[in-house]
Amino acid sequence: MIIDILTMIWKEYREVMRQSGSKRSTALRFLIVMVTMSVILPWQAGIAWVTTPVSLGFWILIPVILVTTMVADSFAGERERHTLETLLASRLSDGVILFGKIGAIVSYTWVVTQIIMHIALVPINIRFWEGRIIFYRADAMLIGLGLSLLSASLVSTVGVLISLRASSVKQAAQTLGLAVFILAWGPILALQVLPDEWKTRLGQALKVYMVPGADLTQAIFTIAAALVVVNAGFLIAAMIRFQRARLILD
Amino acid sequence: MTETAIITENLTRDFDNVRAVDNLTLEVPRGIVFGLLGPNGSGKTTIIRLLLGLLEPTGGQAEVLGFDTRAQAGAIRERAGALLEHHGLYEKLSAEENLEFYGRINRVPKVECKARIKELLMNLGLWERRRESIGTWSRGMKQKLAVARALLHRPPLIFLDEPTAGLDPIAQAALREDLAALGAREGVTVFLTTHNMSEAEKLCGLVGVIRQGKLLAVDHPDTLRAQAGGPRVEIIGRGFSENTLTILRARPEITSAERQNGHLSLHLQAGTDVAPLINLMIGAGVQVEEVRKGKASLEEVFLSLMEEEK
Repeated sequence: MIIDILTMIWKEYREVMRQSGSKRSTALRFLIVMVTMSVILPWQAGIAWVTTPVSLGFWILIPVILVTTMVADSFAGERERHTLETLLASRLSDGVILFGKIGAIVSYTWVVTQIIMHIALVPINIRFWEGRIIFYRADAMLIGLGLSLLSASLVSTVGVLISLRASSVKQAAQTLGLAVFILAWGPILALQVLPDEWKTRLGQALKVYMVPGADLTQAIFTIAAALVVVNAGFLIAAMIRFQRARLILD
Repeated sequence: MTETAIITENLTRDFDNVRAVDNLTLEVPRGIVFGLLGPNGSGKTTIIRLLLGLLEPTGGQAEVLGFDTRAQAGAIRERAGALLEHHGLYEKLSAEENLEFYGRINRVPKVECKARIKELLMNLGLWERRRESIGTWSRGMKQKLAVARALLHRPPLIFLDEPTAGLDPIAQAALREDLAALGAREGVTVFLTTHNMSEAEKLCGLVGVIRQGKLLAVDHPDTLRAQAGGPRVEIIGRGFSENTLTILRARPEITSAERQNGHLSLHLQAGTDVAPLINLMIGAGVQVEEVRKGKASLEEVFLSLMEEEK
């Protein structure tokens, strides 16, 4: 099964590399994303990027930003380009095709997130150089690695589920865009409607975490557990939705 | 190993209130090219999907290469190659990458896969362009590549769903030649659907005619043609008068005699000797320039079967 999943991942990577036609334009697009996320954002955040949990938000958000274009194409694109039926007529099992698609998106976004987050240390080091290399705290980095993996897999699974149901890539991208918008802006909008007293309490609670060296264990575990549970739910939904006979007739 | 590649028994598939496949009972022996002939919407594609286990039948059953399509669909797909309604190739990838992907899927060892890709692409005249993205290729080239993909892992059975549909006559003829050569060389069983009569006539050892999901006839193309009527003779010449036609129509061995575009077309009973009829016509004043003997074409068989069903 693992070999078959790797085969699917191999194909997905090849397609991603040729998404914009030439290798040069793919590299250019990659460079623009890199410069924005690895240079401009950390430069603006300053030393807080490594001393406070501010970067944790980016470990979670960058996979969300990266994943959207790729994931919308996963099944809807195969259907639109009439390659899905041939793939379904192959010896690959349902699970292999589904996990291969998710695996490709998760691994791609996770690796690119790590590259971005590590390159982000370059402008920080240039700006705040004190004779030794500034790096993330070991525990913060481990948390970042874990949370970005969970975040990437959550958005990938949601995206694949949307793509499975969509009749075109455009429809999948629109639905996914809406889902990401709700995910990203939902909590902020929800905050607006909270009573003032609650807002103050929440602000005080979050302030505790914004202090350099603060103990984030409980908060991190809560976020991670929530991501795992939600992720598992969407994965089960995707597995139920993935039926050869249904996909053939869609 | 069974001698039969495909057996279906009362295979039926309904879509809501529409019966797409109606009690199909069929046997396809191994090692032949079987052609399923039918007009658009007659259920050909649905039959392929049922045989590959991509759709569940509503009723009846089918075995492909000895495996049940309901319970052992995975085993069937492992052993079969397919070129379905659409070529299903990844247009951003090169020809080599497309084949490599399906080679990996089918666990063809790397070295063997490379050699096989070279062999197939050389045979199909695509080797020189193997590294190009196939998005720029013509439809005919893509169809050829899709045939190569279906044959890559040396399956004992391949399904080809209207492989020459949408191709220009030259590309059709070229692909047909390639299919015939590859089929003979590889020794595979080919299950081919088409509505192209000449394709079925040239390629198939056994032909089934289907209409609205029902199998109307299945046999060797020659036998089907023979069943559709006895031999026919076309006579080119001058002097085909009404009197001559009356004399000919009175003969018991002649089932019909018609003038068409200055030619005379005779439909005869099986086993009729043509020479005495020619003598008879010469005696009646006909000047004979050429005599052509023939049988009903598969197209005529097909049309007459369609007509009977109406």
